[in-house]
Amino acid sequence: MTKEEILAQGGSKVNARPKLLLDATMHYCPGCSHGVVHKLVAEVIEELGMENNAIGVAPVGCAVFAYNYIDIDWIEAAHGRAPAVATAAARLNPDAVVFTYQGDGDLAAIGTCETIHACNRGENLTIIFINNGIYGMTGGQMAPTTLEGMKTSTTPYGRRVDLNGYPLNITNLVKELDGTCYVTRQSVHTPAAVRKAKAAIRQAFINTREKRGTSFVEIVSTCNSGWKMSPEKANKWMEENMFPKYVPGEIKNTVKNND
Amino acid sequence: MKEQKEVKLMKGNEAVAHAAIRYGVDGYFGYPITPQSEVLETLEELRPWETTGMVVLQSESEVAAINMVYGGASTGKAVMTSSSSPGVSLMMEGISYIAAGQLPTLIINVMRGGPGLGTIQPSQSDYFQATKGGGHGDYHLIVLAPASVQDMADFVGLGFDLAFKYRTPAMILSDGIIGQMMEKVVLPEPRPRRTDAEIAEQCPWAVTGKRGRKHRNVSTTLELESKTMEENNLRLQQVYAEIERNEVRFEEYMTDDADYLFVAFGCMSRICKKSIQQARERGIKVGLLRPITLWPFPYEAIAKLAPRMKGILVAEMNAGQMIEDVRLAVEGAVPVCHFGRNGGIVPNPGEVVDSLINQFHIHD
Amino acid sequence: MTNEIIITGFGGQGVLSMGKILAYAGLLDGLEVSWMPSYGPEQRGGTANVTVILSDEAISSPVLDQYDIAVVLNQQSLDKFESHVKPGGTLLYDPYGIHRLPSRSDITVVEVPATEAAIASGNMKAFNMLLLGALLKLHPMVSPETVIKGLEKTLPERHHHLIPMNREAITKGAELV
Repeated sequence: MTKEEILAQGGSKVNARPKLLLDATMHYCPGCSHGVVHKLVAEVIEELGMENNAIGVAPVGCAVFAYNYIDIDWIEAAHGRAPAVATAAARLNPDAVVFTYQGDGDLAAIGTCETIHACNRGENLTIIFINNGIYGMTGGQMAPTTLEGMKTSTTPYGRRVDLNGYPLNITNLVKELDGTCYVTRQSVHTPAAVRKAKAAIRQAFINTREKRGTSFVEIVSTCNSGWKMSPEKANKWMEENMFPKYVPGEIKNTVKNND
Repeated sequence: MKEQKEVKLMKGNEAVAHAAIRYGVDGYFGYPITPQSEVLETLEELRPWETTGMVVLQSESEVAAINMVYGGASTGKAVMTSSSSPGVSLMMEGISYIAAGQLPTLIINVMRGGPGLGTIQPSQSDYFQATKGGGHGDYHLIVLAPASVQDMADFVGLGFDLAFKYRTPAMILSDGIIGQMMEKVVLPEPRPRRTDAEIAEQCPWAVTGKRGRKHRNVSTTLELESKTMEENNLRLQQVYAEIERNEVRFEEYMTDDADYLFVAFGCMSRICKKSIQQARERGIKVGLLRPITLWPFPYEAIAKLAPRMKGILVAEMNAGQMIEDVRLAVEGAVPVCHFGRNGGIVPNPGEVVDSLINQFHIHD
Repeated sequence: MTNEIIITGFGGQGVLSMGKILAYAGLLDGLEVSWMPSYGPEQRGGTANVTVILSDEAISSPVLDQYDIAVVLNQQSLDKFESHVKPGGTLLYDPYGIHRLPSRSDITVVEVPATEAAIASGNMKAFNMLLLGALLKLHPMVSPETVIKGLEKTLPERHHHLIPMNREAITKGAELV
């Protein structure tokens, strides 16, 4: 997106690098949503003054090296186990603000059990869930959230629900759990969406600081490499194909006073 | 006047729970499985979160439990779990991560008979799993084998002390007998949990949030650069070599005049002591070497005893696992035979004596 | 002095708890004790047994094949354990449901009609205490008073009203032999 386009969408300036975002070259593909979400997480932690008590739990997947980019303490979890790792870190360190950062394979396939149970216990965590409908790191295989008909390296003719089951809307599942206090679905493909996503992440971290239970922020994302599209086309494809199944917006909010 | 310590009567599993609270353990995460469920049950009954502040949580699975241990230990806390054989198999991935992350933790396996879902009766068939790896990669656990309820209580503290000393996971490899039987036990003196400041000093690597630190702490086991990963491995191996030098523990029983030697660990060593009594009543002089640490294994102690023996009988409740280490120690100096029962059968002392007599043709 | 005892019967007959009470009394008397249950599916209605050792010296194996005393509460257990009583030892059995009687002559065989007595007293819960009373009459390894003291210490407060009933059962059990 050009500066002109940003300004046309109501943006007024290009922000500086957040202090907590380390000066490292990210390994993410150009156009990937991870970089933006990392920046938002770094900004929120900095703005809320949590850099001294934030603990991030990184997943296995494209974000496996998240700990190389944000200047806080991190634990790198085994595949899918971030919510269990975070559960103990949070319970044993009540004044820490603990969050997980997970992709769809990590959170909604191999780690479904840990996700559901951490949310159901209402663990005092923020879960950032990047849903791009594909396994990026391992080379574009089918994810639990892969859409019907979507081509991946393990569904080369498109996902067939009679063979592979249906795309899993795990965010709607965790909404039903009494332990979650805040469940929302956002995206970061336009400046307006980025601003809303940041507000959601901020709300989640405040909830965690205030010990309100589990906050669950899904970011519907693109994987232009895995989807084999240009970043721009991927954004459009996401709007047209992902959003009907994974509808952006606030899904659950039990918190009356937001701050 | 010497203060009289209070003697209690309890199960091995219960003793673990009491000892954990008294040691000042910060967290226990576990999933019910017979024959070790009393550990979690006793902790829930004692409610240590109201006294010492210890966190106790019944997890959704053994997989979750061991990853909770990984997460908790990453923050420098003294964290433990317990399970029984099938559950410990589920934990193996996490144990490999914990070893790689050099995280001091305590894992307890109250063994039951396998393979598969197996039986809920006692067994010792996870010796290989505990001492030879179990999970992926080159790593070791310090493995302690309790033979009494008192050991169960004492090894909680010992296990954590060694785990923190060497920054490595430790395992108590127990079994359904030691876990379920009741004996007299003197519990360790209660001591407070470490403060956050003490943890920060003892574990400068702990992931606590930066807390004003200049550097940040990251608990990770991922290293894509092979050269660095090899260095990580060599660093682990150095620690293991140091543990092998310093921490071998074993017990000798009536070996001075013995012609034959039993080598047995855990509950089997107790059974063998009775077998020794029975054998000696029949004029056969037998002694016992009981490895207390299964890793590091007492190779030297066995090598030293072996030449004085006419034969060595390794008695285990499995199909022959520790015997491989005994043979490595003996290096062919004397015949080494195996006595084993499988699948949850607990042998009685007489069976072991008969096996000794038959295999070494003692009355021929 | 060492007493190596097996108590064996059906799950639900109070076999494990009888052993536990005996072991606890041993503890109070300063003896070395061990209590090793045969647990598992057997707790759910099958046979259950417990090995209890009381000794004035350190106990080696909690697992035994020969016993000084066997307390036997059903036919299956009698068939299995009669041969495991040491020569000169004691076999104590409840005749209820027993159709094949013990046959050894080198051991002391004692019949204790505890089931019958429990039914007569209208309190089946007293069954294992009747047996314990009989056992302690034959082998006074701990005193009935220590047993009661042990109950006071181990029973939750809400069950303390049951202690007089237990005391009575121990006394009555002693009269059965």
